[in-house]
Amino acid sequence: MSGAILVVTEHLGGQFTDATFELLALANGLATSTGAEVEAALVGADVAGMTTQLGAAGRVLLIEDPALESFNPHGHACVVAGLVADREPGIVLVPYTSTGMDMASHIASRSDLPLVSYCQSIDASAGLAATCQLYAGKIEADVSVDGDRAVFAVLSGAAAAADGRRDGSPTVESVTVEVPGGTSFTGQVEPEAGDVDITVQDVLLVVGRGIESEDNIEEVAELAEALGGAVAASRPVVDQGWLPKTRQVGKSGLTVKPKVYLALGVSGAPEHVEGMRDSSTIIAVNTDPQAPIFGVAHHGWVGDLFDLVPELADLLEGS
Amino acid sequence: MDIAVLLRAVPDPVEELELNDDETDLDRDYLGYVLNEFDDHALEEALLLKEDTGGSVTAYAIGTSDEVEQILVTAIAKGADAAVKLGDDLGVLDAHAQSEIFAAALGERSHQAILCGVQASDEIDGQVAMLLSARLGHPHVSVVVATSVTDAGLSVTKEYWAGITATYDVRLPAVLGIQAARQAPRYVAVSRIRQAQDSGALSEVDTVAPASSSGVTITAIRIPESGAGAEMISGDETAAAEQIVALLQAAGVGGAP
Ligand SMILES: Cc1cc2nc3c(=O)[nH]c(=O)nc-3n(C[C@H](O)[C@H](O)[C@H](O)COP(=O)(O)OP(=O)(O)OC[C@H]3O[C@@H](n4cnc5c(N)ncnc54)[C@H](O)[C@@H]3O)c2cc1C
Repeated sequence: MSGAILVVTEHLGGQFTDATFELLALANGLATSTGAEVEAALVGADVAGMTTQLGAAGRVLLIEDPALESFNPHGHACVVAGLVADREPGIVLVPYTSTGMDMASHIASRSDLPLVSYCQSIDASAGLAATCQLYAGKIEADVSVDGDRAVFAVLSGAAAAADGRRDGSPTVESVTVEVPGGTSFTGQVEPEAGDVDITVQDVLLVVGRGIESEDNIEEVAELAEALGGAVAASRPVVDQGWLPKTRQVGKSGLTVKPKVYLALGVSGAPEHVEGMRDSSTIIAVNTDPQAPIFGVAHHGWVGDLFDLVPELADLLEGS
Repeated sequence: MDIAVLLRAVPDPVEELELNDDETDLDRDYLGYVLNEFDDHALEEALLLKEDTGGSVTAYAIGTSDEVEQILVTAIAKGADAAVKLGDDLGVLDAHAQSEIFAAALGERSHQAILCGVQASDEIDGQVAMLLSARLGHPHVSVVVATSVTDAGLSVTKEYWAGITATYDVRLPAVLGIQAARQAPRYVAVSRIRQAQDSGALSEVDTVAPASSSGVTITAIRIPESGAGAEMISGDETAAAEQIVALLQAAGVGGAP
């Protein structure tokens, strides 16, 4: 491998995201095995004050421009791609998040670098290799990369954010760039508060696409209430309009840590798992023995949720 | 507005997956394919955009399989004006190869908005939508959950996380990675699909396999051990329900037994 390890940071409202610190932790691990320097790209307007939060990087490459004040999909992608083309880092780490998904391909294309997506670990000890999750977590793949430089779009959870969250005074280097037009930010919308806050419940009964219809949710919701908890859902259930967005667990929804998380007909795609994997007790019910949800669950039952739910209701009524 | 939507057949996520002999790919002999769920949303958003502004929707897909044909015919039945099969039997293509083929096909046309699902489950070398935007040099927004027409182009809503969204003005032509349409994808009756089959709206364009490589090679794949770390409950639903109630009680939720 040649060149530095560059972490593309992500921030909103003056705060770096956990994904940023996870990548910094990952970068430091790779730095130990390669001897490369860890650099961080910080893009925004008036963000120089944030560099002290990037103590886990040796150097911060600072790009400031009023057009980059809020995340600007095409603008951010092009300026970071330009930075990478110019500085030629060996490894570029981009979070596989909403902002990273806008940037990774542009960075790789502009410098004609290989791009490894859905990445969960990287080995740079001899050449570049990685493991990735495919088919919504049903398959794990080992990949090798041609050449000695690459861009990695890294899934949440590849390293512990706590290991990358360090104050310090990295060297700061300002980089001037031209921001292309094409996309411009016009506003940000915060979610409306829901009737129930799923992030404070002791028990969540979580329905996935296996629930099949809006009508079927009722019985599960009653059961959740009887347990003093609430019903939550995976994304497709919310996209169908069967439950409000405030009930969605996962990457684009909420992160929850209940005492008991009971998944009914949820496959356990990486985007879902990142919102629930720290729950104290995870119980999964799924007809598919290969469902990735069983990989994060503490207890699992392979079977039909429609057989189980009435049994549960009977037992809990009787108690 | 002339809109393109890119549709991809992906291995059916509910099927049991098996590995090929050298364990570098799925055993594809008996594998079922379905439309990538995010592409289904891209199609829906394209149709909604057309309903807002007029114009046309053209659906593109790579391949010659029955599944690809079915996907395109269904798109026509749902309201696409035309569908193009980028033909020849090119085998399994990675995201770079797909984006190259789509770029070549789209480069000759003048679509103002190109919509594609934000991701597909097999895109190990990057997302087709964003690779395509880089290739075409068009502005792009990924993780899009709504679009509307403005004087200058499009206004799109992008989802960040925790339910937070942002809106952007986008200059056209542009490529959008669609996460979810404004409304759930529409259903279409089988009779309409049969009609669409004979509508003459489906055409085929010969395509050559891309020469360049993504530089990423899969050396081995495996099925993660099911329930690694999970204690599997055995028995029927009655036994399972009893165990789950016991677990709830052990965790101190649901009141006293
Ligand atoms: C940028 C981005 C952000 C995303 N954010 C989120 C997010 O916040 N939250 C989220 O959940 N997803 C999110 N997703 C979507 C994610 O990729 C998956 O598509 C989604 O999690 C799948 O939901 P599911 O498990 O309910 O459905 P599926 O994957 O379709 O799984 C349904 C499961 O139900 C099982 N099943 C079917 N019938 C039964 C039955 N009768 N009894 C028991 N089991 C049954 C099946 O075996 C299957 O495993 C996001 C995707 C992207 C690209």
